[in-house]
Amino acid sequence: MSLLKTLGDKSWERKGIIGGLKPVGAFDTAPEKVALVFFLVVASVVFSLFTVSYFIRMELPDWTPLADPAKLWLNTGLLAISSVLFQWARNISSSTSTRNIKTAFIGGGVFAILFIAGQLSAWQDLNNAGHYIASNPANSFFYLFTAVHAVHLLGGLWVWSKSSIKLLSGSEPKEVRLSIQLCTLYWHFLLIVWLVLFAVLSNT
Amino acid sequence: MVLAVVIFLLVIGSIIFHFASPWWFTDIAADWGLIDLTITITFIVTGIVFVLINVFLAWCVYKYRQKPGHKAVYEPENHKLEVILSVVTSIGVIAMLAPGLFVWALFVNVPDNATEYEVMGQQWQWAFRYPGADGQLGTADTQLVTESNPFGVNPEDPNGQDDKIVLGPEMHLPIDKPVKANLRSNDVLHNYTVAQFRVKMDLVPGLISYLWFEPNKVGRYDILCEELCGIGHFVMRGAVVVDSQADYDVWLAQQPTFAETQAMVAADPASGQAQYAVCASCHGVQGEGNIALNAPKLAGQSAWYTERQLNYFKTGVRGGEGDTNGQMMAPMANMLADANAVRNMAAYIESLPDVPAAPTVTGDVENGASIYNRNCAACHLDNADGTWYTDAPKLSGMSDWYFLTQLQNFRTGIRGLHSNDYYGEQMVSMATAMSGIEEYEDVAAYINTLR
Amino acid sequence: MAYVPLADQEQELHHPHSWVTKYVWSQDHKVIAIQYAVTAIAVGVVALVLSLMMRMQLGFPETFNLIDPSEYYQAVTMHGMIMVVYLLTALFMGGFGNYLIPLMCGSRDMVFPFMNMLSYWVYLLSVLILMASFFVGEGPTGGGWTLYPPQTNLAGTPGHDSGIVLMLISLAVFIVAFTMGGLNYVVTTLQSRCRGLTMMRLPLSVWGIFVATCLALFAFPALLVAAIMMLFDTLLGTSFFMPAVIESGTPLDHNGGSPVLFQHLFWFFGHPEVYIVALPAFGLVSDVLSVHARKNIFGYRMMVWAIIAIGALSFIVWAHHMYVSGMHPYFGFFFATTTLIIAVPTALKVYNWVLTLYEGDIRLNAPMYFAIGFIFTFIHGGLTGLFLGNVIIDLPLSDTYFVVAHFHMVMGVSPVLVVFAAIYHWYPKITGRMFHEGMAKLHFWCTFLGTYAIYLPMHYLGFLGVPRRYYALGTTDFIPQSAQDLNTAITIAALFVGASQLLFFSNMLWSLRNGKKADPNPWGAASLEWQTAETPPIHGNWGAELPTVYRWAYDYSVPGAHKDFIPQNTPESIEPTMDEQHFDPDLDKSKADL
Repeated sequence: MSLLKTLGDKSWERKGIIGGLKPVGAFDTAPEKVALVFFLVVASVVFSLFTVSYFIRMELPDWTPLADPAKLWLNTGLLAISSVLFQWARNISSSTSTRNIKTAFIGGGVFAILFIAGQLSAWQDLNNAGHYIASNPANSFFYLFTAVHAVHLLGGLWVWSKSSIKLLSGSEPKEVRLSIQLCTLYWHFLLIVWLVLFAVLSNT
Repeated sequence: MVLAVVIFLLVIGSIIFHFASPWWFTDIAADWGLIDLTITITFIVTGIVFVLINVFLAWCVYKYRQKPGHKAVYEPENHKLEVILSVVTSIGVIAMLAPGLFVWALFVNVPDNATEYEVMGQQWQWAFRYPGADGQLGTADTQLVTESNPFGVNPEDPNGQDDKIVLGPEMHLPIDKPVKANLRSNDVLHNYTVAQFRVKMDLVPGLISYLWFEPNKVGRYDILCEELCGIGHFVMRGAVVVDSQADYDVWLAQQPTFAETQAMVAADPASGQAQYAVCASCHGVQGEGNIALNAPKLAGQSAWYTERQLNYFKTGVRGGEGDTNGQMMAPMANMLADANAVRNMAAYIESLPDVPAAPTVTGDVENGASIYNRNCAACHLDNADGTWYTDAPKLSGMSDWYFLTQLQNFRTGIRGLHSNDYYGEQMVSMATAMSGIEEYEDVAAYINTLR
Repeated sequence: MAYVPLADQEQELHHPHSWVTKYVWSQDHKVIAIQYAVTAIAVGVVALVLSLMMRMQLGFPETFNLIDPSEYYQAVTMHGMIMVVYLLTALFMGGFGNYLIPLMCGSRDMVFPFMNMLSYWVYLLSVLILMASFFVGEGPTGGGWTLYPPQTNLAGTPGHDSGIVLMLISLAVFIVAFTMGGLNYVVTTLQSRCRGLTMMRLPLSVWGIFVATCLALFAFPALLVAAIMMLFDTLLGTSFFMPAVIESGTPLDHNGGSPVLFQHLFWFFGHPEVYIVALPAFGLVSDVLSVHARKNIFGYRMMVWAIIAIGALSFIVWAHHMYVSGMHPYFGFFFATTTLIIAVPTALKVYNWVLTLYEGDIRLNAPMYFAIGFIFTFIHGGLTGLFLGNVIIDLPLSDTYFVVAHFHMVMGVSPVLVVFAAIYHWYPKITGRMFHEGMAKLHFWCTFLGTYAIYLPMHYLGFLGVPRRYYALGTTDFIPQSAQDLNTAITIAALFVGASQLLFFSNMLWSLRNGKKADPNPWGAASLEWQTAETPPIHGNWGAELPTVYRWAYDYSVPGAHKDFIPQNTPESIEPTMDEQHFDPDLDKSKADL
């Protein structure tokens, strides 16, 4: 990408039509995807700042490391399966096997719901063990991270549910192909975010 | 056309205003002349730029305003000119930045021979701590703060035992000695500012920040809080007195050490009782007060407050000009021989049964509640019980008529403006923030509902 | 398969069927822009009234007693937050961004019209939540617009019960609204430009808003993160920012949190926020200056580079707001250096504005008055920034009225002058009517001279050491009575400026009905928004066919052209092309003189 060349353009010297119908410099993809990528960058900033805050807060004297529940490993597995299923749905989204697409796409979402349920139960376990949100800062961060991550996932599930209903009510796969692609990208992103957060929480 | 002239005149006017302005930096009283020099350099650089660009702007507007037969010149860019302007601007920036960073390095690195002292801020007052003979301040922690240990000095720390404790808002410093102020806060952010010293820094709860300077002029300077710290922000005042070394040593020797404040014998109410008979003639046997004699109810008032007021009457801080009733109180207070007698008396009065005084004031309770909750409760608490922490006395169940006369006294400056009345000026500000007697009555009526 | 440019795809424009769908649930970017602008200005008037109440207190203490200390701090807080976020950010992005981006890019609408509509309604919700805090509990928070903990959560601060919670929620909702709008502005600018419109042919307005939107998208998350963590501290008792503190004599359960961490997060948003407001203003004023000077903007490329450079640098200067915050003092070296570096691209922009006027053919009408007034106030505000950015000078001046005067000059008066310049400039296109020129000029004189009378002397109160955020000065040894007299004078000027804004509102309303019918392009401007067939433009903006762009947006006074401007969509066969190899301005000048 010749960003420098673009910015160095003496545009007053060149007259006439430049470029084809596609505006010069535009990304060669659906606008929804451009918007999603921008949003992912924004979300990354959110999660990075949370993580930075975590590390800064960790340096302060009252820090006690988190006893993270074993359930988180199981939950991580659920989210990974969810992501794999979405990838599968994406790979076959141009084919005509509606049944497989339905299975993969809807299955992916169901596993994501299971993941959220698993997170809730991890909360419950922590609470039962006396690790409340305000008990110590590591706990607070655990609840905060998982909550913010789950909210992002719920946002994805909202889009997923709309497309699922379309699929179930007999729409052609190509009508939801873009949606499947976007969901897959988003799910991979959230899986990576979760892996990073999980690594941060369990290694400090 | 007019615009060009106006811009030109604004430039001239700004310069005139600058040189004619009586509002300028206070006379510096610390060894930070380099800061003032940096400011002067910045003024010269920015001043030149201000005049040049704006005069050129005014000239362009005048010269190239639309006229018949006149046409703009087509010139997309002039790279050479832009490069020159960038370079010139960068030089100007460096001319300001370089001395700035040089002086900042001086500020960051505290000289080894600087003596330390501690500034503690809390809503809305200052207190100070000086190291004792060992030259070291003991450790302290907000979680150790109590009424008898308001600094939260760690009693286990041997370094802290000989620390000098200054609970009033006035501190002293010796002249021509570099000093480092360690800054701590018990609650919110505050900022330790003395305009004449030029430097300032926030007090942050949970950490110790610092600044240093070398006072070089004897005098008394205001300490202001310059970080918003709640509704009492604007009344959080103190003073620093720069003394000769000899005067400073005398003053410091008078201040109690931490160990002394902790070792103080508990007050003896019984011995206070013995002397109370004189008081009873006006304030009543049970300290219930007597409106006919202008004697307020005393029973139930916290000992620290009664003690302070008795001392004020003894030393003439209260009961001065215009305060006719206070003038009657002054000789009475003087009958208490010493500080211990005052403490014992205050302790006895606190132990008297607290029967709420009969209401004598009527007013709009709802309006009073609104005023009270917004502006008074922060110090006197929601239930008007008062607290030592904000130096706010109990109001609920006390004489409401006395409350009114005191607010009037604060408003008219009869009370609160004496330089040794540490927190009185806060009440002067709050009393004048209300519109007058009607609002006082409303508040009094509301406080009467809080018993 | 032939590529169909996004701008020309048969977008599902929701053509309105009734008054409600046309003006309320509208998906037309122009209607949404007006909704945004009207809401932002309305809430801005609330903030203006708050500031006048503060000025009454400062100018005439103990005389009117309009507000008590508690209300004063609430007014300080709400005035600041509303002006910065809910007025200026919303107006520049949601108002001007919405209106101008699709038109200047030659597209039919924003890329996601439904999301655009949603953005406005969520923004309105955030405003309503904020306003609700006036009526709940102890009223709005009085912690200062920076909302520093632990103060905002303690009993000594008004609104510590519900005010702060509503404020944080409102901010979070605002950020959601902004993100929806912001993605639209960015993607529309990138993907939906019409044929031939390269990035470097865009008017600077679009560049300013585009880069500012990117800044906002990456800066608001910091505020969101801070707001969420503070909500946890407030409502759930966590200790992210809350250290061990004593509230009115009672120790709280919090322990170990870092108030300075909040400040870092806040200013990591807060500093870019300055440029989120400034960059669109830079862009808009460049276009106004160029059109009315009948001259191309001088050094277009440098202007674009400067916008990008300022935007990028704005992320590494945040801690210059924290020189006296108790953070590690060594940060001071780094942040003072970056801060003063940012002065260079900013200064270049100023030079280029003035050089645009140089050898121009300046049409001195109301929009141009405001634009030139902006240059003056911005120079003033920018130069005082060099005092505060230089860490050692910040020590005496920080938290005094110098700071207040500086940021009102650079971020209050300057952008607002641009707002007025832009509103007057585009008013004919938006409404199809001309405004009343005389009234607009009178409005300019009152605003320009009045605000200078407010803020020039205010700097000198700061030199003296008068602290900001003081309900009353009380008695001090070093503040003379004359400072109080100056405060009174400032208040009178402020009341005058406040009242004179009625000229603006009456002009807007009066002209809507009685203004002269406007030509489609009354200023002879070259950029696309003036080339629409209808004025105001219809839903969908363009007729059957989208425009095609043949040149940059600043072909003014081109030697040899028929008129003194060439619209962007004029083919080069109709208007001559400059000889690109041997371009020599001096030579052309002599030709023009012949």
